[in-house]
Amino acid sequence: MQIYLPIAEVSVNAFLLLGLGGIVGILSGMFGVGGGFLMTPLLFFIGIPPAVAVATEANQIVASSFSGVLAHLKRRTVDLKMGCVLLVGGLAGAGLGVFIFNYLKSLGQVDLLVKLCYVIFLGIIGGLMFIESLNAIRKSRGNSAPPQRKKHNWIHGLPFKMRFRVSGLYISVIPPLLVGLCVGILAAIMGVGGGFIMVPAMIYLLGMPTKVVVGTSLFQIIFVTAFTTLLHATTNYTVDMALAVLLLVGGVIGAQIGTRIGTRLKAEQLRILLAALVLAVCGKLAFDLLVMPNELYSLGAVGGH
Amino acid sequence: MLRCLAALIFLIAPSVLAAEEQVVLGMSQNRVAITANFDGSEILIFGAVKRETAIPEAHPLEVVVAVSGPKLPVVVRRKEKRLGIWVNTDSVEVDAAPSFYAVATSGPFKEIVKDIEDLRHKISIPRAIRSVGAPMDVKNAQEFSEAVARIRTDNGLYQVLENTVEVDQQTLFNTSVKLPANLTEGDYLTRIFLTRGGDVVSQYETTIDVRKVGLERWLFNLSRQQPLVYGLLSLAIAIAAGWGASAAFRFIRQGG
Repeated sequence: MQIYLPIAEVSVNAFLLLGLGGIVGILSGMFGVGGGFLMTPLLFFIGIPPAVAVATEANQIVASSFSGVLAHLKRRTVDLKMGCVLLVGGLAGAGLGVFIFNYLKSLGQVDLLVKLCYVIFLGIIGGLMFIESLNAIRKSRGNSAPPQRKKHNWIHGLPFKMRFRVSGLYISVIPPLLVGLCVGILAAIMGVGGGFIMVPAMIYLLGMPTKVVVGTSLFQIIFVTAFTTLLHATTNYTVDMALAVLLLVGGVIGAQIGTRIGTRLKAEQLRILLAALVLAVCGKLAFDLLVMPNELYSLGAVGGH
Repeated sequence: MLRCLAALIFLIAPSVLAAEEQVVLGMSQNRVAITANFDGSEILIFGAVKRETAIPEAHPLEVVVAVSGPKLPVVVRRKEKRLGIWVNTDSVEVDAAPSFYAVATSGPFKEIVKDIEDLRHKISIPRAIRSVGAPMDVKNAQEFSEAVARIRTDNGLYQVLENTVEVDQQTLFNTSVKLPANLTEGDYLTRIFLTRGGDVVSQYETTIDVRKVGLERWLFNLSRQQPLVYGLLSLAIAIAAGWGASAAFRFIRQGG
């Protein structure tokens, strides 16, 4: 069944979109990631204009994050105070990100920026995860490593300290603000929630306990992506509601199925699979940048709309 | 009195000259509605040639049908290899390129339309794309407007349909033009040219009205006129769907 998307102005198969939403939903449920980093490139591949794909994906992430954060609120694994600090940075970052996005769109470099961001971040995160989970598997075969003590690093020397009870932390508000800011910029430019960057940053930079990390990052992501959606909708008119609805119907159902599959697999296996997936997407995008394209020319609208 | 008569003749003369052979046109539809399940549309264009005099003997009658979408400026960008990766570098703004263009003819285009007539009426695809001037520092500026034609031809937006107009007894003609699913809305100018020996002897113009309707229309208008409301509505749907899904699955889990 073909469906005409009113904003993207292309006609695509509705079942293809439902299927894409479902598959990405299953993966995001399995791995606990938003799935934006997979969905946005997939939308590029099926011919949705990049600007529409990025803005609409932000809208879809609101739905999947909201669904996720409800479960975490029930389990009390959301640090609301930390979430709010991250959010302040995130909103500023999202505003800055949309500004950068619009500026580069007028220069015709937005595709390049989005793709470079993907290659760099997916490459780093995928590589680190891959190495770490390989080490974890190797360790679990040998004897278990002694538990590490919490290290005091330069972060603890910064001013404006604040107590975060749920996370059991007493740290400066500057690092969480900066983490939020970076993730906000990425969310606006890449059309992703940024969970795959925020989660490692919260664990390794801020030293938050793992059990509150996912819930807190989801909490922050809802508001940042909601804000991004509004900014894209009011400045670029690129949020396609019909596309978003089809994707999120597939996505929320897939996420619930994925969560069940995820509980049956071991954590190390899951992480190595996710790392392989991230590296595969990264490789495909890098390949496209390095190899001479079939068509050297591309068309764009004048005035950036 | 004499002056009056002269003026009258002067007024009538051109219309008489031009009206030697006239097009009477019919179309299967002059309105295309883009609905949610719009999947392209085929438009049947048919007509007859009305004439007061006998059929001229010298050259056979040929018919050219050109359907053009709204003409909009387009930025064309060229990629070049910089620091090992392919980056957009030069760009040229093409002043007006139709979003859709189909030209159907009753014979080989080059034979039935002279270059001078093509230049005057802008019938062929390269002529329909208007590119006034590229910046001086851009090399091979011509390639940019060629790229527009090439990319849109590959996407099925520009079509050359030679020998697809059937002409019967130099009087009746018919053809069909398939509009693809990825249409831009607007007035689609449809022009019919009658040619003899490569010269345009008569032409006729009409428009096909391509519009989004129903939900498509409503969403598009809302997104442009009330972007904030549209954005908030998108968010409300997203949150409702997120909440609905988790509630539904909790219900299923408890039930099962």
